[in-house]
Amino acid sequence: MTEVVSDTLYSADRVSNANGSSAGLVCLGLSKSYGGTSVLTQVDLSLTPGSVLGLVGENGAGKSTTSSIIAGMVRPDGGSMTIDGEIYDPQSPADALKAGVALIHQEIRMVSELSVAENIFLGRLPMRRGRVDRKLMNEESRSILKLLGSDTDPRRQVAGLSIAAQQEIEIARALTREPRYIIFDEPSASLGESETERVFDQIRILRDQGAGIVYISHRLEEIRTLADTVVCLRDGKRVAAWETGDVSKEDIVRAMVGRDFVFSHLAPKDATTEVALEVRGLGRTGVFEGINFAVNRGEILGFSGLVGAGRTEMVRTIAGADRHDAGEILVDGTAVKIRGPRSAINAGIAMVPEDRKGQGLNLDRTGAENITLPWEPSLTTGGIMTVRTVNATANLQREFLDIRSKLDIPVGSLSGGNQQKVLLGKWLVTRPRVLILDEPTRGVDVGAKMAIYKTIRSLAEQGVAIIVISSELEEVLGLSHRVLVMSGGRQRGILDRADATPEAVMALALITDSSDDAQPSNQPGSSPQGRSESQ
Amino acid sequence: MTQINNEPRTSGAVDSAAAAPSDLGTGSWKSTAGSKMASVMGSVPGPLIGLIIIFIALSFLSPFFLTPRNLLNILSQVSAIGVMSVGAVLIIIIGGIDLSVGSVVALSSMSMAWLFRVAELPFEIALVGGLVVGALIGLINGLLTAYGKLQPFIATLATMSAAAGLALFLTNGNPVNGFPQWFLAITSTSFIGIPIQGIVLILIFAITAFWLRYRPSGRALYAIGGNEEVARLSGLPIRRAKIAVYVIAGILAAIAGLLVTSRLDSAQPTAGVADLLNVIAVVVIGGASLSGGSGSMLGTFVGLLIIGVLNNGMSLLNVSPNLQPVVVGFVIVAAVMTDRRTSRKKS
Repeated sequence: MTEVVSDTLYSADRVSNANGSSAGLVCLGLSKSYGGTSVLTQVDLSLTPGSVLGLVGENGAGKSTTSSIIAGMVRPDGGSMTIDGEIYDPQSPADALKAGVALIHQEIRMVSELSVAENIFLGRLPMRRGRVDRKLMNEESRSILKLLGSDTDPRRQVAGLSIAAQQEIEIARALTREPRYIIFDEPSASLGESETERVFDQIRILRDQGAGIVYISHRLEEIRTLADTVVCLRDGKRVAAWETGDVSKEDIVRAMVGRDFVFSHLAPKDATTEVALEVRGLGRTGVFEGINFAVNRGEILGFSGLVGAGRTEMVRTIAGADRHDAGEILVDGTAVKIRGPRSAINAGIAMVPEDRKGQGLNLDRTGAENITLPWEPSLTTGGIMTVRTVNATANLQREFLDIRSKLDIPVGSLSGGNQQKVLLGKWLVTRPRVLILDEPTRGVDVGAKMAIYKTIRSLAEQGVAIIVISSELEEVLGLSHRVLVMSGGRQRGILDRADATPEAVMALALITDSSDDAQPSNQPGSSPQGRSESQ
Repeated sequence: MTQINNEPRTSGAVDSAAAAPSDLGTGSWKSTAGSKMASVMGSVPGPLIGLIIIFIALSFLSPFFLTPRNLLNILSQVSAIGVMSVGAVLIIIIGGIDLSVGSVVALSSMSMAWLFRVAELPFEIALVGGLVVGALIGLINGLLTAYGKLQPFIATLATMSAAAGLALFLTNGNPVNGFPQWFLAITSTSFIGIPIQGIVLILIFAITAFWLRYRPSGRALYAIGGNEEVARLSGLPIRRAKIAVYVIAGILAAIAGLLVTSRLDSAQPTAGVADLLNVIAVVVIGGASLSGGSGSMLGTFVGLLIIGVLNNGMSLLNVSPNLQPVVVGFVIVAAVMTDRRTSRKKS
C-alpha cells in the first residue's frame, strides 16, 4: 500500500509519472473561490481509462466542486485539464458531454410522466421524418439497460419505478452519449445495500469496457470495494492519495477529518427496564403487518432491512404520518390513539424523517424558525411567541447539538451535517419520550456523523427510548442495544447486540415471503382509526 | 473539525448574512430594536425604494400631489383594496390563491342591501348578514381546498363565478341605495384628521402583522406554504389553518364590500369584481411569491401604496384611465424582477 499524505501540492510530474503517461483525464491545479472564500485550491487529479478513482472527503471538502468543474458546470478560477494530452476546457455540460465526460447526479431527475426511453433520450429524441422514432429509441434504450443488467421495459412510464430502477435510467441516460469518463456523485445515497451492489456491478461493467470513473461517496466501505485509486480532499485541498483501493478505513477517515476517529464499538450503557413504547400487532394493509416490539427507556433499538422492507412505512404510522389499520401503540403502558402527527407529538413520540428536504425542514426559512416549528405550548407566553424565545430555544439546541452555523439564515444554505442537526433539534424541542430517527446520518459528513452518534447515545442515557433506522449496517449495529430486522413488510426477528453480527442481520433481511415465520396478526380488538390528517 | 462552509451556496449566504446587521449570529443572542428594524426593512427593499422613487417623481410632476389632503385621499382610495389584499396575502402565504375576492365584495354588499331593503330587517342585522355571507364563501373555499382537495385556483374560480352570479340575481342586477346616515359617514368622516376607513385599514394590517409574527398559528402559515408535508409532520393543524385563512379572507372581502357600499351610498352588483387583479398585483408587488411560504404585511402595505400612489398620480397628471392598467403591468414586472434579484443576492 502506497500512502501519500502531503499537505503541500501534489506535483504535476508525479501525477503523470505515476501513470506512466498523460493518457486519460488529467486535472492540474484546479482552483475555485466564491466571493473570496476559497473552496478548491490547487487540486490535481488523474483518471485513467478502465479504472475507478474514489474521491472522498467531508461535506464541503470540495468533491462536488471538483466534479462540477470536470463536468463543465462550473468554470475553475485556475488550473487546467487535459484529455489524452489535449486541452480540455468545457464551457458547459454540453461541451463536457461532447468531449466524453458525463456526470451522474446524486439526485435523480426524471420526468415521471414520460416513458423510460423518453427519459433516457430526453432533449435529443431520435427523429425520423419529423416524428419521434420510437422504435429506434426503445430498442437503443433496451440495449443500454441490458448492458446495465436491467430488464426495465423502456416503454413503461417512469412513475412507479423504484429509486434503484430510476438510478439505472439516470446512468443509461449518461451512457447514450458514450462517455469515456463518468463521474458518479454519491449514487448510493438513496439506495439500500443490495441496490448499491447492483450499481457497483454496473460501474464495474463500465470500467471493464474502458471507461474512466470517478466515484464520490461518503460510505468508505464502498470506496474500498470499488476504487482502484483513492484521493482524499479536505478544505478544498488534496490531502492524501493512495495508488490502491485497499486502504484501511481508519486511514481514509484520518485523512478526511485530519485527526483520528474511532467509531465507538463500545456497548451503550444499559437501558432501564421501564417500557416506553410498545407496539402490538401493528399493520397497514398491503404495506406491513404483524409488528410487535417494545423499547425501554434509555434503549436504542435499531431497525435493519433492505430498502422496501417496510421500516420507514412502519415508523411513519407510529409517528402519525400515515394511518395504521391494525394493532395498537402503547406509550408508558397506556394505549394511545395516534390520529396524526399532532397526537403522536402529544403522546411524546417524535420522528426525524429520512427525507430532510421534503419532509424535515423548510429550507427557505431560518434554522431558528425550523427549530421552533412543532408548536410547543412551552414556547409561548400568553399565546405569544417572542423573537427572544425563538432565538433562545434555537441557541439551546445549537449548543447541545454543536451546530456549527448561524441559525438566522435559511437552513437551505447550511451544510448537510448542520441541516441534520437542526432537524434533530427541532424534534428535541418537543422533549420526546420516544425518538424515532430514520436515516439520521444520510448525506452527512464524518465529523457531523460522530456528533450525531454522540447525541443519540447521550439522549438514551437521559432516558429517551430511541429507534434508529439506517441502511448502513455498521451504524445500526454500532449504536443499538438490540436490532429488529424486517423484510417484505414483516418482522423477521429481534437480535441482541451480542448476536447482531452483519451475517445474522443479513440472513434475516433476506427472508422472503414464502418462508412463513412471521404470522400476520390482525387483532380483532384493534379499533378503527379516525381520519388521519394526511392531506 | 474543520468548518464546513466551503460549498459555494453556503459561503455566499454566510457572507451576506454577516454583512447585514444581525443579532442572531455569533455570540450574542439578545435582540436590539435597531437590528430588528433592519431585518424587517431588509425584507422589502425593492418595493420600498420603488415607492420612494415614485413618490419623489410625482411630487415634482404635480403641485397637487404632495398635499396632506391628497395623501389622505390616497389612503381612502386604497382602503377597500387594501382590506382585500390582507386576505389575499394570507392565502398566498399558505400557497393558495383566492379568485373569488372581488365577487365576494359584490355578493356581501348585495346581500346586506337585500336583507335591509327587500327582507326589511334592521340595518345592523343586515350588516352582520353581509359579513356572514363573506365568511360563508370563505368557508366554502376553505372546505373545497382542505377537504375536497381541489386546487385553490379551481375552487375559488367556481365560487367567484357563483358569487358574481348570485350578486346579480339578488336584485335582478339593480343597484340598491338609501342606507342609514351613520353608515355613509364611515367613509366620509375623519378621526383626528385621518379618514376612518384609513384607520380601519391600518388597524387590520397591524393586527394581521402581529398575528403572523408573534402567534404560533400565524407563524404556522409560512410553514404550511413553504412545505406542507414538513408542516404536517410537525403536527401543525393544516386543514384548520387553511379553512381559517379562507374564512378570514372572506370576512375581509365583506368588510371591503361594506366600505365600497358606504362610499358609493349604493350597493352595486358588480362592485369590486374588477378589483381581483389589483389585489393580486398589490400582494405580488409587495414581495409575496405565488408559490407560497413568503409574504409580509409591511411589504403588502408598500405594494398597496405603490398602486394607490401611481393611480392617484396618473389621474392628477391627466393620464388616460385606460392607460393606467398598462403602467401597473409594467410595475408588476419591474417589482418582481428587482425583488428576485435582491433575494437571490441574499441566498
